[in-house]
Amino acid sequence: MNRLSKVFSGGKAFIPFITAGDPSITVTEQLIYSMYEAGADLVEIGIPFSDPVAEGPVIQAADERALAAGVTVDDVFSMMERVRKSCDVPVALMTYVNPVVRYGTERFMANCGRAGIDAVIVPDVPFEERDELLPYCRKHGITLISMVTPASGERIRMIAAEAEGFVYCVSSPGVTGIREKIGHEAGGMIKAVKDVKDIPCAIGFGISTPEQAAELSCYGDGIIVGSAVVKIVEEYGEDCVGHVAEYVRRMKAAISV
Amino acid sequence: MSKGRFGIHGGQYVPEILMNALIELEQAYERYKSDPDFTAELDYLLRNYAGRPSMLYYAEKMTKDLGGAKIYLKREDLNHTGSHKINNVLGQALLAKRMGKTRLIAETGAGQHGVATATAAALMGMECEIYMGKEDTERQALNVYRMELLGAKVHAVTEGTQTLKDAVNEAMREWTRRIGDTHYVLGSAVGPHPFPVIVRDFQKIIGQEVKRQLAEKEGRLPDAVMACVGGGSNAIGIFHDFIDDEGVRLIGCEAAGHGIDTDKTAATMTLGSVGIFHGMKSYFCQDEYGQIAPVYSISAGLDYPGVGPEHSGLRDRGRAEYVPVTDDEAVEAFEYLSRTEGIIPAIESAHAVAYAMKSAPEMGKDKILVICLSGRGDKDVASIARYRGVQICE
Repeated sequence: MNRLSKVFSGGKAFIPFITAGDPSITVTEQLIYSMYEAGADLVEIGIPFSDPVAEGPVIQAADERALAAGVTVDDVFSMMERVRKSCDVPVALMTYVNPVVRYGTERFMANCGRAGIDAVIVPDVPFEERDELLPYCRKHGITLISMVTPASGERIRMIAAEAEGFVYCVSSPGVTGIREKIGHEAGGMIKAVKDVKDIPCAIGFGISTPEQAAELSCYGDGIIVGSAVVKIVEEYGEDCVGHVAEYVRRMKAAISV
Repeated sequence: MSKGRFGIHGGQYVPEILMNALIELEQAYERYKSDPDFTAELDYLLRNYAGRPSMLYYAEKMTKDLGGAKIYLKREDLNHTGSHKINNVLGQALLAKRMGKTRLIAETGAGQHGVATATAAALMGMECEIYMGKEDTERQALNVYRMELLGAKVHAVTEGTQTLKDAVNEAMREWTRRIGDTHYVLGSAVGPHPFPVIVRDFQKIIGQEVKRQLAEKEGRLPDAVMACVGGGSNAIGIFHDFIDDEGVRLIGCEAAGHGIDTDKTAATMTLGSVGIFHGMKSYFCQDEYGQIAPVYSISAGLDYPGVGPEHSGLRDRGRAEYVPVTDDEAVEAFEYLSRTEGIIPAIESAHAVAYAMKSAPEMGKDKILVICLSGRGDKDVASIARYRGVQICE
């Protein structure tokens, strides 16, 4: 059983997102261990990018802090190599496509493979452009995660048919960020996916409270939370690890009932 | 290879949430671009509202002063709203209306595209919101007020470098929030397919007119065509009809800022490398890790780290040349054209004038050079005064 397939094997999965290098790569490494211990089923790690067009203000600010701290994708690969010596937490890298192509797509995916990264999520590569990445992902055993959104409509069938690992379901229109109200579009989206393929579906974008997580988790197989986690990192900086772990425990508990 | 390619460049690298909006736009454009009612309405507006065809003016004093090629100016500065931007905006606003959209959003650098979009929205009774980098709202304050006067809401973007690239980021983010009633009027020949094609098609009238007007005046094709390049909409507009005329040199003039050997520059073709950003594969100013570089130019309209994919394709196949022009050279050209011909050019267009000043004397007197004067310089007067250390009260 590879690491990715065990993510959804023990009930609803909780998937926290953090930006690598915010506030430092050392804290990122500690967060990975402690979030895993606190119940995270998969950790999503964002490669900071100068122009993250799919992000709201919270993750934009995290990217700016990480870049100001001088963190590079090479630092993330070396950190993951250290993590893999002692920890088998499933890990997905979230990155915009430019850092991948500039680094060299082949070299990027090879290093992902070497560093024990299980999947990549690249929000600005839609289905039509996936050949930019897919051959290299396959070659190095990295799963390329597909996304579906409330605006995808008929496209969901096509996307789901080719999806691997799990499907990232975007809860509502817009960029990442905490929302007070989240529509109920996830249910329909996930049904459309499952009509085509028996594949786990994780819901993300906008979720911050245990109540929201509990409500939305009924529709799918897991919950992805980014901005709410990053906000804790922003608030507590170097001392964030305990606070983040506590939040992960509460969120995991909320979807485990 | 996916849609909208120019060699390896172009494509549709956007979040999934925007894909159906792009597909819908492409289908609407394919349907209406040859629809007689649509083209007749656009043609009517271009003639009666925008003031087309724009003049092709023989710059006799400049020609004699430089002592080389015969210089013509394509007067896009005389269009309504003062630049070539209106050509594309009228087309896209009409298209958006046909698609049932009621709200237009746009990015703007110098403010010319924002003013044009606000103008079209006022004319067609649509809501309008403009995204402009905060730094640009300061250096182009007059255009901000102009947009507000036209009924648009202007958002000063405080993210990133607070210039054109960040305005595009924010307009794209807004579009993902509200696709249903909103059309994003992209102002340059950049972004995901079908934008580079749509913008080029609405701008190619510039080159078509030049070809016809020069045939009437000189009975032949020009030897060289020059235009400034930020994203490259006026340049692709004047180049496009000449691409198959191999004897016509196509020269894009990009902003070198303080110089290509400094880090205060926006010379994408000279210094950039292939990347994927703002929905397209093209050349970008970036670091070794693919972080987009904070670029600089005195010209807010050329202060952009990328370039349209069709230009990158033309460069790769050697069909067009791209040359860097510094702030100093552009300001000198701004002043030169004002004094010599009584025409104050936009600081963007002054980059093309500057390169013409260098190359005309090296060309024979029997040669013909056409400069795309993409916009007028009224908006730049205050900042050029500041550049020269002159205090003026607006």
